[in-house]
Amino acid sequence: MNPTVETLAAAFAAVDQPQLLAARQMQALSFAVHIPLVCFGMAFPTLVLFAEWRWLRTGDPLYRALAMRWSKVMLALFAVGVVTGTILSFELGLLWPGFMAAFGDVFGLAFALEGFSFFAEAIFIAIYVYGWRRLAPWSHFLSGIPVALAGVAGSFFVIAVDAWMQHPSGFALRDGRAVDVAPWSALFADPFLWHLWAHMYFAAYVVAGFLVASAYAWSVLRGNAGRYERIALGIALAAATLASPLQLLIGDWAARDVARHQPVKLAAMEGLATTTRGAPLHLLGWYDGREVVYGIAIPRMLSLLAFHDPDAPVAGLETVPPAERPPVNGVRFAFQTMVGIGSLLALLSGVFLWARVRTGRMPASRWFLRALVAAGPLSVVALIAGWVATEVGRQPWVVYEIMRTSEAVTGAPGIPIGFATLSAVYAALAVAVAWMLRRLARTPLDPEARRAR
Amino acid sequence: MLAELPAILMLVGLAAYAVLAGADFGAGFWMLFARRRRASLQATRDHARHAMGPVWEANHVWLIFVLVVCWTAYPTAFASILSTLSIPMFVAAVGIILRGASYALRAELDLAPGRRSIENVFALSSILTPFALGVVIGAIASGRVPVGNAQGDPIASWLQPTSLLVGALFVATSSDLAAVYLAADACRLDESHLEDDFRSRALRTGVVAGALALAGPFVLRADAPRIWDGLTRDGGLAMVALSTAAGLTTLALVARRRFGPARVSAALAVAAIVAGFGFAQQPELLPGLRIDQAAAGRPTLVAIAVGVAAGAIVLVPSLGLLFGLFLRGRLESVSDASTLPDVAPAASPDRPSRLGALPLTCFVVGAGLLLLADVTWARAVGAVSLLAFAWPAFVRLAVVADE
Repeated sequence: MNPTVETLAAAFAAVDQPQLLAARQMQALSFAVHIPLVCFGMAFPTLVLFAEWRWLRTGDPLYRALAMRWSKVMLALFAVGVVTGTILSFELGLLWPGFMAAFGDVFGLAFALEGFSFFAEAIFIAIYVYGWRRLAPWSHFLSGIPVALAGVAGSFFVIAVDAWMQHPSGFALRDGRAVDVAPWSALFADPFLWHLWAHMYFAAYVVAGFLVASAYAWSVLRGNAGRYERIALGIALAAATLASPLQLLIGDWAARDVARHQPVKLAAMEGLATTTRGAPLHLLGWYDGREVVYGIAIPRMLSLLAFHDPDAPVAGLETVPPAERPPVNGVRFAFQTMVGIGSLLALLSGVFLWARVRTGRMPASRWFLRALVAAGPLSVVALIAGWVATEVGRQPWVVYEIMRTSEAVTGAPGIPIGFATLSAVYAALAVAVAWMLRRLARTPLDPEARRAR
Repeated sequence: MLAELPAILMLVGLAAYAVLAGADFGAGFWMLFARRRRASLQATRDHARHAMGPVWEANHVWLIFVLVVCWTAYPTAFASILSTLSIPMFVAAVGIILRGASYALRAELDLAPGRRSIENVFALSSILTPFALGVVIGAIASGRVPVGNAQGDPIASWLQPTSLLVGALFVATSSDLAAVYLAADACRLDESHLEDDFRSRALRTGVVAGALALAGPFVLRADAPRIWDGLTRDGGLAMVALSTAAGLTTLALVARRRFGPARVSAALAVAAIVAGFGFAQQPELLPGLRIDQAAAGRPTLVAIAVGVAAGAIVLVPSLGLLFGLFLRGRLESVSDASTLPDVAPAASPDRPSRLGALPLTCFVVGAGLLLLADVTWARAVGAVSLLAFAWPAFVRLAVVADE
């Protein structure tokens, strides 16, 4: 037994922080900047390796030109992801010392393991991107495999922490502090982990695939419909259009886990005030504090989706006191945005796959290309909306039903200054990255690849 | 012992960061402060920039390693430090963003207008970041971080002599390390002008860094007597002596152009300072909080030890491979593909067959399990089955597109 538990609990007792909302927004901003880059870390190395594998199989230099160019984009996005990820780890302590002090020993292990996968990623991405000339072709290809694996492993460890925050276990509470900690089972025996991770894994391919497809569709629309563009578009589209429809199945799994383990979050996503048997699903509309108004109701649909039973009872917001409910309209709007965009992307994918399998060629319609140009940014909106639904839906808890976000926040002054500074830096960063990618896209292909197209 | 193990790991991480990331910070310093000498200014800047190209991300990860070990093993100490020292930590964070972003940006900007200002942002943030991190270490060392949520003074905790000294020292050792390493790289590349320039820079900053390191203890005696005591006895004293000896050796080696061994002795001089800090800081992590009181419970500490051991099995050979390739000059930025090794063209067009029955079965099984199963493991099997369908389907879709 640690004699200092009581004194430490007093030192980290909840503080009165008037800028709690600014702290939450600062964290949310940092997260929204980082998470699209994570998608590229998880999915893009596979696409780059695929292009290189095609070069090794066919000897066609165009594939190598594509893999080389993509590997540069991969490195640049990784570099930006390294720093935005570092900021997130700083903010855990800068903004949420109460959370870290109480529970760092429970979930920290996952971040340590994530640190190692991050290390492996940084090492092999350097060997891969700077090794095109001096490594033998197949060795070079093999040096890229750890990059792809480490990106996926890293996401697994970080999502294990999020799953633990949503569905905490593996410790006992004494004076608001964790004791008798079992870190391995807390993190990796959590049933909440698997759907979250699967959902993020497919989301990574949806986002990275559609964003890359978006760029090449834009290029084709502007008249650059060479073989290079068509091959690049084909690889990106293959990933995105397979992942989008499959994501619907994973999303169904996620929704049913949330319905079982976090009924209040589900009630907020759907704007359900009272516990209802055979609950309807509302599209659009607004939650006025008692019910959804101006929405389109589909009878029994919510019970059917959440429990696969049209008569199942669905818990309402009334099951917890008002102070323990998340902000309903924000969560509901984010959730509907994610589901709406996700369904549109799956539909677009279905159209593509149908045309592709039936005719054996790429759809040439300009409307299809225009839809693709829109699909990239929309997929990012859906990604961020999904995380908003997950994390704002967790409020007011930082550790679900254990610790409130207001108990975790720092007592330090000046949060709005930090928030404003970070916003300005990230705005500049966004402009810089957009400009850099645009410049990279305009650099002419090297002569050999141009001959091949 | 188990309670101290993570602290030792953190010191190792800190030493690696001070040496490896320090040399990268110093390269930024020289991009700003190098005057034109024998080599042209642009050649000097390019040399400094290219030298860290492949390794800076890996070097940066040491900082993440120190942070995550700290918050897992000593969560209350981590929370106390970050909340009280929020200003210098935030400054370091902004420095890290600007530095990483400007470096990535600069790499894409050969000959474009605006590259100079990007380089300046990079160089300034390469000075700001180590200074701010040094300030943080100085505040911890001088006992100005009380236990608790933002319990220390938000300004006075870090705006004091020890912090300013350690901040300046980190910038100075970084610049010195970088000068030695850049001279060594120039020597390997047979760039004699650059080699001469960085040799004389290494000699001068070596003297400056050494002077700061020697003056430091007297600042500490007045401002942080506990650390002074620690540095003047036992292990602390031994490390100060080791650092001094390694620093003098480095000067002698650089003067004789023995850059290979100088790399090692310069790194040793910096690492010894970090080790000395470790000796002097114990047994209290923060005032009133001994290491064993700050440490997490036994299961967490064992988990860290297991995790680090497993990570080391993967990382040590990987880091060896990276630095082996890097120091032999086998990693380089490639822009012209026409000079690369080729593979023979395939004899016949390589077109995969139609999607077989197995992947389609996997799809049906996966979708069925996900929609109908009620236990997590069955749904996880369902998700894996979907992947077993998606990968072959992806290969066929992406390849047939090539027509």
